[in-house]
Amino acid sequence: MSIFEYAPAPESRSIVDVRPNYGLFIDGEFTDGTGAPLKTVNPATEEVLSEVATGSDEDVDRAVRAARRAFTRVWGPMRPADRGKYLFRIARLLQERAREFAVLETLDNGKPIRESRDVDVPLAAAHFFYHAGWADKLEHAGLGPAPRPLGVAGQVIPWNFPLLMLAWKVAPALAAGNTVVLKPAETTPLTALLFAEVCRQADLPPGVVNIVPGAGETGRAVISHPDVDKVAFTGSTEVGRSIARAVAGTSKRLTLELGGKAANIVFDDAPVDQAVEGIVRGIFFNQGHVCCAGSRLLVQESVHDDVVAALQRRIGTLRVGDPMDKNTDLGAINSAEQLARIRELTAFGETEGATCWQPEGELPGRGWWFKPTVFTDVSPAHRIARDEVFGPVLSVMTFRTPDEAVAKANNTTYGLSAGIWSEKGSRILSVTSKLRAGVVWANTFNEFDPTSPFGGYKQSGYGREGGRQGLAAYLQGDN
Amino acid sequence: MTHVLDPSALTGAGSLTGPLPDPFADVTRSEDAFRAFLHGLPGVDQVGAENRVKVLGTRSIKTTAKAWAIDTAISMVDLTTLEGSDTPGKVRSLAAKARRPDPEDPGCPPVAAVCVYGDLAGVAKQALAGTDIKVAAVATAFPSGRASRAVKLADVQDAVGQGADEIDMVIDRGAFLAGRYLDVFEEIVAVKEACGSAHLKVILETGELVTLDAVRRASWLAMLAGGDFIKTSTGKISPAATLPVCLVMLEAVRDFRAATGRQVGVKPAGGIRTTKDAVKHLVLVNETAGADWLSPDWFRFGASSLLNDLLLQRQKLRTGHYSGPDHVSVD
Repeated sequence: MSIFEYAPAPESRSIVDVRPNYGLFIDGEFTDGTGAPLKTVNPATEEVLSEVATGSDEDVDRAVRAARRAFTRVWGPMRPADRGKYLFRIARLLQERAREFAVLETLDNGKPIRESRDVDVPLAAAHFFYHAGWADKLEHAGLGPAPRPLGVAGQVIPWNFPLLMLAWKVAPALAAGNTVVLKPAETTPLTALLFAEVCRQADLPPGVVNIVPGAGETGRAVISHPDVDKVAFTGSTEVGRSIARAVAGTSKRLTLELGGKAANIVFDDAPVDQAVEGIVRGIFFNQGHVCCAGSRLLVQESVHDDVVAALQRRIGTLRVGDPMDKNTDLGAINSAEQLARIRELTAFGETEGATCWQPEGELPGRGWWFKPTVFTDVSPAHRIARDEVFGPVLSVMTFRTPDEAVAKANNTTYGLSAGIWSEKGSRILSVTSKLRAGVVWANTFNEFDPTSPFGGYKQSGYGREGGRQGLAAYLQGDN
Repeated sequence: MTHVLDPSALTGAGSLTGPLPDPFADVTRSEDAFRAFLHGLPGVDQVGAENRVKVLGTRSIKTTAKAWAIDTAISMVDLTTLEGSDTPGKVRSLAAKARRPDPEDPGCPPVAAVCVYGDLAGVAKQALAGTDIKVAAVATAFPSGRASRAVKLADVQDAVGQGADEIDMVIDRGAFLAGRYLDVFEEIVAVKEACGSAHLKVILETGELVTLDAVRRASWLAMLAGGDFIKTSTGKISPAATLPVCLVMLEAVRDFRAATGRQVGVKPAGGIRTTKDAVKHLVLVNETAGADWLSPDWFRFGASSLLNDLLLQRQKLRTGHYSGPDHVSVD
């Protein structure tokens, strides 16, 4: 206990009006769904927030037909500059209603309000602003003089960044002239439905954006619908594989953004205090529910003890608890199912011989929680060094030379991201060019920007999102 | 001490008497060794340091925590006047304010110290007689430090003779930037000796050192030389105290205590004008060096106008509404 105890500073939830029921958003209207409704829960309290309709095959079909109609009659033929205006309007509305979105995201997802307020929502708006600018400049995207939209995009997004992943999917699709049917994650549908209200507020033509909540079945209906031209998925590698199988042999275009097991490499000349911050940000940002999380810490052996000691001291200052408190650093685990998976994998860590460390402190009695956890004495053969935990669990390994660091960093079936910490510019350039990962951060981690393409190698998926490269997923060049 | 055997060791032999803490006993054996040591400290990534203070700047300090922070901040203020126009009258008025910052509320804690030029230290001492409030005097040809060693030491001795409890010295930034670290070190050691029992605060003038790497090196240099406090600025150079600089200095005192067992204080000075700024600094202390530094013995604010803002915020918490500038005294 510090003599300086921060009094509770809860963000007010009165800004957002969570309705007891939500429907599907199809063709510009909220409608009933014919699937079994789902209950969405606040993971920090286990309180039921709302009952949400889900989409059956027929509902998905209705949504795809609405999207097709909007594509052929309105959105496709529209002047590109006018499409841009709608996107700018949506971006501005996201900013105007930012607090509402942040509070709702935190209630539904369990992430700290500081992150939803300072990261998720501003970045979501930034993605719309960025792509709004592209709408009338597509001939400069490097895809030929007159690239054309693909048609209807079926998009399935995960629960870790519900609104942000929606923005990553919807903004480029719309900017390129496509219409979308989007399925939010089963446990976090609420901000997508609030986004549907924003679409109405922006007078977006009906059918351009359709949102159909549901579980795996609904997702399957979206991606396998014959009139969908393009499938975009972010989520687990396992589901991604089944989607690739389902889409194989059709004319659908596919992008997948899947799991990761990123290496965060700390050299002995690293700026230690900032590296420690970066390690914390790499693995404890969003409770580690981040596909590009820096879950494998590779530390040069000569500084291992110092770095681990500094890291543990820093983790001791992390504030774990009520996600609505503005001073919380680590919130709730999104679902009981995910908590069970984290527990299962960390149990392997101990039985396989790694040393587990967690800070002192109590977790809240209700809700789903997991303490920030550091495993040392981890061998590259251990499951916690190979499997994606998708939780606040860090595995620490050592290396002796830059070559060994690169070899160990690349020794994974994934390849989404990596980080490197060194004060030596030439080493940074040399190591980053050898890392097989879609995103490599130098002296920072988990830094995102709509201008920067994001995507993976190997089982982390294919295709890029964001930047000029991301547009290619939603356009066909001249051929 | 082993280092005097080294022929390339200190010039002006004999002036260096401060024993170095154990793990660093030989780092000042030569200019080269000292440079190697200071340059071997881990670097500071500017962008990362700025990010860290930005996140800590979002901490929301409310109700009871805010009340505690305001009273603690008041008790950490070195109430300062460092003008050519300072007079005994001005210093006495400041001393009265230091004793009882809020005339309307006897429950308001006194400040930590009154900080003046050396020639007025005697006036301040007299005006503060019978209190625990310290008299701090700036010395060593403050603020530029451009004078000979003899003049600087005479300046210190004069201030101590007038009754100063604390001496705020400036380092020789010219020597530091020229890479003559041992000169800077030696001078601090000599000043420390001249201080006798007075506490020594070492002003790094970080606005002239510019990089955070230099701030970390200067912090270690000052701590190794025996400074009781490291202080950011004179207040005469802009930028003065900034949060990233304070972060790096807090990391330095934290690491120094971990390595040597000796605790050194930190004093940001200049540019801290609002309660919000002060609270941000306290959060930074709490989450960087830790709660052991949350006392006037280990953390001070060098400020003048800050105190009135703290008092206004304190009144607001007590009464529920903002009063006006006429509800705090003009000094």
